[in-house]
Amino acid sequence: MAILTVREALQQALHEAMQDERVFIIGEDIGHYGSTYGVTAGFLEKYGPERIRDAPIAEAGILGLATGAAMAGMRPIAEIMSVNFSLLAFDIIINHAAKIYSMFGGKFSVPLVMRTTNGWTQLSATHSQSFDAMFAYIPGLKVVAPATPADMKGMFRAAMADPDPVIFIEHTLMYGIKGEVPDGDYVVPIGKSVLAREGRHITVVTYSRMVHLSLQAAELLAQEGIEVEVVDLRTLRPLDMSIALESFKKTNHAVVVTEDWQSYGTSAEIATRLYEAGFDYLDAPIQRVNFREVPMPYAKNLEMQVVVTTERIVAAIKKVLNRS
Amino acid sequence: MQKQRGSTKAVTSATQSVRSSMTSTPFTRALEHLGADQLVEYYRQMMLIRRFEEKCQEMYTRSKIGGFLHLYVGEEATGVGAISNLQPQDHVFTHYRDHGHAIARGLDINPLMAELFGKDTGCSRGMGGSMHFADITKNFWGGYAIVGSHLLLADGVALQCQMQKTNGVVMVFFGDGATNGGEFYESLNFAQLWKLPVVFVCENNLFAMGTPLEVHSSVTEIHRKANAFDMKSMRIDGNDLLGVREQVGEAVAYARSGKGPVLVEAMTYRFRGHSAQDTQKYRTKEDVEKHRSADPLEAYRKLLVEEEICPASRLDAIDVQIDAEVDASVEFADNSPVPGNEWLTDAGIYAAPLETLTVDPTLV
Ligand SMILES: Cc1ncc(C[n+]2csc(CCOP(=O)(O)OP(=O)(O)O)c2C)c(N)n1
Ligand SMILES: [Mg+2]
Repeated sequence: MAILTVREALQQALHEAMQDERVFIIGEDIGHYGSTYGVTAGFLEKYGPERIRDAPIAEAGILGLATGAAMAGMRPIAEIMSVNFSLLAFDIIINHAAKIYSMFGGKFSVPLVMRTTNGWTQLSATHSQSFDAMFAYIPGLKVVAPATPADMKGMFRAAMADPDPVIFIEHTLMYGIKGEVPDGDYVVPIGKSVLAREGRHITVVTYSRMVHLSLQAAELLAQEGIEVEVVDLRTLRPLDMSIALESFKKTNHAVVVTEDWQSYGTSAEIATRLYEAGFDYLDAPIQRVNFREVPMPYAKNLEMQVVVTTERIVAAIKKVLNRS
Repeated sequence: MQKQRGSTKAVTSATQSVRSSMTSTPFTRALEHLGADQLVEYYRQMMLIRRFEEKCQEMYTRSKIGGFLHLYVGEEATGVGAISNLQPQDHVFTHYRDHGHAIARGLDINPLMAELFGKDTGCSRGMGGSMHFADITKNFWGGYAIVGSHLLLADGVALQCQMQKTNGVVMVFFGDGATNGGEFYESLNFAQLWKLPVVFVCENNLFAMGTPLEVHSSVTEIHRKANAFDMKSMRIDGNDLLGVREQVGEAVAYARSGKGPVLVEAMTYRFRGHSAQDTQKYRTKEDVEKHRSADPLEAYRKLLVEEEICPASRLDAIDVQIDAEVDASVEFADNSPVPGNEWLTDAGIYAAPLETLTVDPTLV
């Protein structure tokens, strides 16, 4: 057991992946620049330009070449610096990577991992978005967004071993988060949620960076005698609701916390699943905590009102429990 | 380019007189290098494509085939000539107008007709239809229906060839209309930047659906678009089978040698509508007739007969044989089972379906 940051855990997973000769990394500024968030720092020096491929600013091209190479037997890791730029590659991701397996009758697949980042820090409208729901909407993609260093490493292993296209969503504000990482070559499977904290009064269903804020909220509320159970979904497609539903049947109350817009966003799907399968256990309407639905403002005072904060999570929990 | 080789055993006695009576042309060179039988084989391929597609049209009219149906009729010389240069380790990508390329690459027509009929025995198990023929046992990676984007997938396979030193070359087909979108330019830049072994074959049939070339492209000599990338390019007559074969052969050799990609612009013309539903308001009957009178298939047949490569009677016999094969493919498709409902579950969507289902089997 070692204490590692998310960045270090990912670095270990990537170095490990590079042991397979079929693996190469393709993306913008992953090599000469030294990597935007430091994850692939030193990789160019270690593995050379053939396998650490600094790509032109051409997102469709990056995903397109990676998809073709994956079809033909390579194991590419495509890095899209910020998820906002992935929009230029949506054609390749949705019309090709996600479709090829079934459209050609299951004769070949696309073993591709696309790493990308959500995040915000006064980057304003075009650089602070989340498209989690847009990826998770697509049958044919597998979409993961782990929250802890251990899950980052374990799920990256699962993603690399998977024969289907996996969208691996990281978060710019999570690279420094520390946590225990088990030794050995453990794998955290895609499509399995996990209990992040036990409690008996209310269930918070969440994933990615919001797991950490929800745990902080739970900590604060514990001081008031409210025991919050936190479920980390870890994978958005396929969505494993089993643990969340089990918890909901016990607590009869739920809050869904996701760092994206509310309307048509991931929380809409998650809450619907709770209603559909847990209606008989419901004691109060489910509350959702999300980005406020505006293009992200630059000004700090405004930005802080758009993003999810621990305070907003606490308030939502109290509202559901009728304890303001 | 005049290549003088010693006599090969492929040369038949009929070739001697032709060679001595003519100056060197693509025809005499092909005859010398390949022999008469191979020249007849190209005729067979072109005619198989033609008759297969005429049958497709008929089956479409009879509602045996649904969806879009984009026919290649009139453009056969480009596909057959270009693909004739490929080795088994080479790769083919194409767009939705993919029947001709599939047949030229040697795909059996039974699974092709079955695919059009939406049957489980189809080359893509009835999941793709006309626009998505594929067969990876022949490195035929399929037809793609989003204009322009498959060029990038082709680059990706070329990257695999390069990195794993397979000596393979990727040939990718697309239309004139595909050369205006961003993915075309991205694919050219990547290919030239990394010296990928790709032969880009633009089939310039003068229209993108119903929009004429000069209405959709600021540069109408598509081959010149390669200049921006310092890429080798050429414009060729796509209706002259042996000319296509020879010139694209040079492009393939260039790409295989590691020097980089080539953009080939093959001038051709489609005789049918863009798809089976096209009313063709954008061109006159006379235009089409003019091109039809220079039908590359008829021209090639004439060449074979006049140059005494093959008597008309033998070509007629080939035609009869092809008709029988095409009829048999319809029977095969008709008698095949439809795909099962497992395609509506995760098992049909993912190579590795997970325990956690995406598709809820209880969904009403
Ligand atoms: C991205 C995209 N835009 C539009 C279409 C609709 N569409 C299909 S084929 C076509 C024309 C393409 O013309 P060209 O590239 O010249 O090929 P051709 O059909 O002439 O062989 C269009 C507009 C599409 N399939 N994909
Ligand atoms: Mg065209």
